[in-house]
Amino acid sequence: MSPGLPLWAELVIAALLVLSGVFVLISAAGLVLLKHFFVRMHPPALAYTLGTWCVALASVLYFSLLESRLMLHPLVITILLAISIPVTTLLLSRVALFRRRVAGIEGTPPPLTARAAPVTNADSIPNASR
Amino acid sequence: MSPVLLAACLFALGCYAVASVLVMARLIRGPRAQDRVLALDLLYLHGMLVMLVLGIRHGSDEYFEGALLIALFSFVSSAAMAKFLLRGEVIE
Repeated sequence: MSPGLPLWAELVIAALLVLSGVFVLISAAGLVLLKHFFVRMHPPALAYTLGTWCVALASVLYFSLLESRLMLHPLVITILLAISIPVTTLLLSRVALFRRRVAGIEGTPPPLTARAAPVTNADSIPNASR
Repeated sequence: MSPVLLAACLFALGCYAVASVLVMARLIRGPRAQDRVLALDLLYLHGMLVMLVLGIRHGSDEYFEGALLIALFSFVSSAAMAKFLLRGEVIE
């Protein structure tokens, strides 16, 4: 299947794959073991960044050597994730905050607009309606 | 494919399988809805990584498009569900 793949490349690709598996396993264990939602949001970042980057780099190296030309297309996935993951993470943290506030749990910070409302007229604040 | 690379691919796939089972436990047990959305997002990511590693395993380029589509759908579905939890509707 791969007659021209040198030994160092195989070792590097294998190490990257093993590393990615270990990172994904650690992030899943963190998601299960940690106690609170805001703490629990952090371990998936390990899989989103390191796990994906390791597999994408291994893929780039493997296909570049297999077809003996530069194949950079697996990096598109990492770029796509780098754009989309912060959006979903921020939305989810806002969801958690909003639902805590609705449930009336002690120690939840109030919304910023409610704190500013008694001081000034709400119409004079730009973007006060979200 | 050399035995070293094959063993590494199988190890990575096994790790993804175990991690998916752990995340599935969080998906089922998750105390609130946002835990479940987060777990589903991570399951999508595991599916995408499995597609990429299968591409290396079979030496085929065809798996890449599937992985890209899974990444795209993961963003769309997670954003839609988070928006629904936040406002009670997806499109206002």
